[in-house]
Amino acid sequence: MAATDVDVFSNEEKRNLSLGGHVGFDSLPDQLVSKSVTQGFCFNILCVGETGIGKSTLMNTLFNTMFENEEASHYQNGVYLRPRTYDLQESSVHLKLTIVDTVGFGDQINKDESYKPIVDYIDTQFENYLQEELKIKRSLFNYHDTRIHICLYFIAPTGHSLKSLDLVTMKKLDSKVNIIPIIAKADTISKSELHKFKIKIMSELVSNGVQIYQFPTDDETVSEINSSMNAHLPFAVVGSVEEVKVGNKTVRARQYPWGVVQVENESHCDFVKLREMLIRVNMEDLREQTHARHYELYRRCKLEEMGFKDTDPDSQPISLQETYEAKRKEFLGDLQRKEEEMRQMFVNKVKETEAELKEKERELHDKFEHLKRTHQEEKRKVEEKRRELEEELNAFNRRKMAAETQSLSQPLKKDKDKKN
Amino acid sequence: MSTAETLLCEADRRRGVMEQPKNLEAYVGFANLPNQVYRKSVKRGFEFTLMVVGESGLGKSTLINSLFLTDLYSPEYPGPSHRIKQTVQVEQSKVLIKEGGVHLLLTIVDTPGFGDAVDNSDCWESVTKYIDGKFEDFLNAESRVNRRQMPDNRVHCCLYFIAPSGHGLKPLDTQFMKQLHEKVNIIPLIAKADTLTPEECLQFKRQIMKEIQENEIKIYDFPETDDEEEMKFVKKIKDRLPLAVVGSNTVIEVDGKRVRGRKYPWGVAEVENSEHCDFLILRNMLIRTHMQDLKDVTNNVHYENFRSQKLADVTCNGGDNKNKGALTKSPLEQMEEERQEHMARIKKMEREMENVFEMKVKEKLQKLRDSETELQKRHDQMSRSIEAQYKQLEEKRRQIEEEKASWEAQQRLLEQQKMETLRSQDKNKKKKIF
Repeated sequence: MAATDVDVFSNEEKRNLSLGGHVGFDSLPDQLVSKSVTQGFCFNILCVGETGIGKSTLMNTLFNTMFENEEASHYQNGVYLRPRTYDLQESSVHLKLTIVDTVGFGDQINKDESYKPIVDYIDTQFENYLQEELKIKRSLFNYHDTRIHICLYFIAPTGHSLKSLDLVTMKKLDSKVNIIPIIAKADTISKSELHKFKIKIMSELVSNGVQIYQFPTDDETVSEINSSMNAHLPFAVVGSVEEVKVGNKTVRARQYPWGVVQVENESHCDFVKLREMLIRVNMEDLREQTHARHYELYRRCKLEEMGFKDTDPDSQPISLQETYEAKRKEFLGDLQRKEEEMRQMFVNKVKETEAELKEKERELHDKFEHLKRTHQEEKRKVEEKRRELEEELNAFNRRKMAAETQSLSQPLKKDKDKKN
Repeated sequence: MSTAETLLCEADRRRGVMEQPKNLEAYVGFANLPNQVYRKSVKRGFEFTLMVVGESGLGKSTLINSLFLTDLYSPEYPGPSHRIKQTVQVEQSKVLIKEGGVHLLLTIVDTPGFGDAVDNSDCWESVTKYIDGKFEDFLNAESRVNRRQMPDNRVHCCLYFIAPSGHGLKPLDTQFMKQLHEKVNIIPLIAKADTLTPEECLQFKRQIMKEIQENEIKIYDFPETDDEEEMKFVKKIKDRLPLAVVGSNTVIEVDGKRVRGRKYPWGVAEVENSEHCDFLILRNMLIRTHMQDLKDVTNNVHYENFRSQKLADVTCNGGDNKNKGALTKSPLEQMEEERQEHMARIKKMEREMENVFEMKVKEKLQKLRDSETELQKRHDQMSRSIEAQYKQLEEKRRQIEEEKASWEAQQRLLEQQKMETLRSQDKNKKKKIF
């Protein structure tokens, strides 16, 4: 109701006025619609289910066209997602349809990680949208929205209960995407078995806390049909693109020896219900829920991770500018700190090396001194030896002198003796 | 519902569809999407903010009342001309109107006091501040971590009233429009058009459009459509810009019909008669056909301009505009890029400093090594010289020893001779005595 939106600013006075004639703003919804028709719509379906469970056939049946599809083998190494985009048109309405297939789901022996590629794909689409939304120069109005609007989960028609892989996968996906569980190849289950199967599945989902998509009941125009359809979940579907003649009509059906299963016969399967809910009644609501609930949740978590908050430590609301400015300050401070660190490290290194060099210099100097002293010592020794030698020489010379003087005086004595 | 078309239409080709639209063989049902959109939009309700600006006495309140066929302005809620303030104020009033199941929350923003002072410089400032304020509110609401339903209070359209002088725009008019044409959709109107004859009116309109073009003012432009009919219709409107309007709160009887109009002694000027004025065109355009487009242009053009400017200022610190062109990232990505650049710069600086440092260290080490070799050389030299000296000394000593030895030998010989002579002498002496 417009009133709820308007209540947001109920602190302002709003007057209810009556009009004195036809003003013409009742054309506003038409203006809006014609704008969206010109722009075109886009819708993204994710099909999760084991290989061979009938995903591609169901898509072909739903959209009444043969999308190119190679059959997948059972020997994939892991699960990978294969998105394909098609441009469809129906009476002036253009739809950009993307069908994402999970190839290899349920084929591995160890299926622990099977859900991961799916969750990653969904998150990547959210991330791409978020990045576009955060850009400084952005163009959201012609952005090709690749976010998954609906996940059709194909349950194998065992007739007993959900497989643990199903529960695990759906639990991981229910907060990220709208899930509609469907029972595939429903022509292998009888009516009574089907009824029990459906009850079992729904109770298992409830007891495991899996949130599947509920068709909205808040709009009077569609609440009735939506609430009655909610009771038929999960839809038991049969897909077929082959045409079989029944009576005087040609219908899409599967021909068995024991009869013909007509796809569009409501007493044979829930295909018509699925088509009605998915495409004709709630397509827009699915898009809205994806944007307003799942995407917002992703965005909120991502922003909180990045450190954004709505209020500062004093619980005062922060404006975007303040948040960015604070972040920028932090960022610049961080850069400056890094620069300082680098400089500091460098200065230390220089100091160290300088100290080393000084040490080396000192060593060299010491060596030099040491050598000098050694030389002086040697010199001194040499000098001493020289002096010694001098001394000896002098002594010898003196002896020589003495000897000579003696020999000179001796001959006199001899003469004296002779005279006698 | 008709069956699906199987032909590619011109619009698709022009839109550059990559794959051929699939031909659907039977009715799928997504042609119902527009109805779903319709339904949801009616449930949500609509909002629109309309701003009226002009000097007092130009008939703004009357026109608004005529446009919306309701007493928005009344004695209890007087129009701007009755609320003249000292300075230009910007005031808003909200009304909720319903028609055909459609709820419209209409906000009328008016500016009492605009252009009424003697000195009107900067009287548009409060208007720009108001508009920017609403943009900023929306930006903050949009950027919150926990977002809720965001009320759209942005100004979607501004009706600017031009006084019917018959001559041209006044300087205040051009100034105001220049200040605001990039912030809001401006629709200029000639007020009280019943004072102009059709010829005068045409002349006046031409003059105004000329001046608007000369001043490069961007008034609200109608969007292009592929529809030929619509384009013809739009062209008709464009030829009559700016729209000359007459408003009236009174209903008068003319030829048995009850019409809104102004009664003069010489006749009745009917508001809703397209031969009398362009009121119908204005109403159709503003409300019946282009209201949504006005909102879209505000959202996709004016708001985005504001936002990118604001975020660019925050990211680049408003200072360097050198990479304004590369603003295709979010502010955080921008910061990340800057960080990488900065780190690269630091690394480079670090490397350069290291190189210089290393060179210096090498030099120093080289010097030390040279000193050491020098020292070593000298030491060797010195050692050698000392050794030489020692050798010399040794030589000399040997010489001395030799001399000594020979002298001593000589002395001994002499001694012996002397001894012998003495003995012989003695012998002789002894003989003599006998």
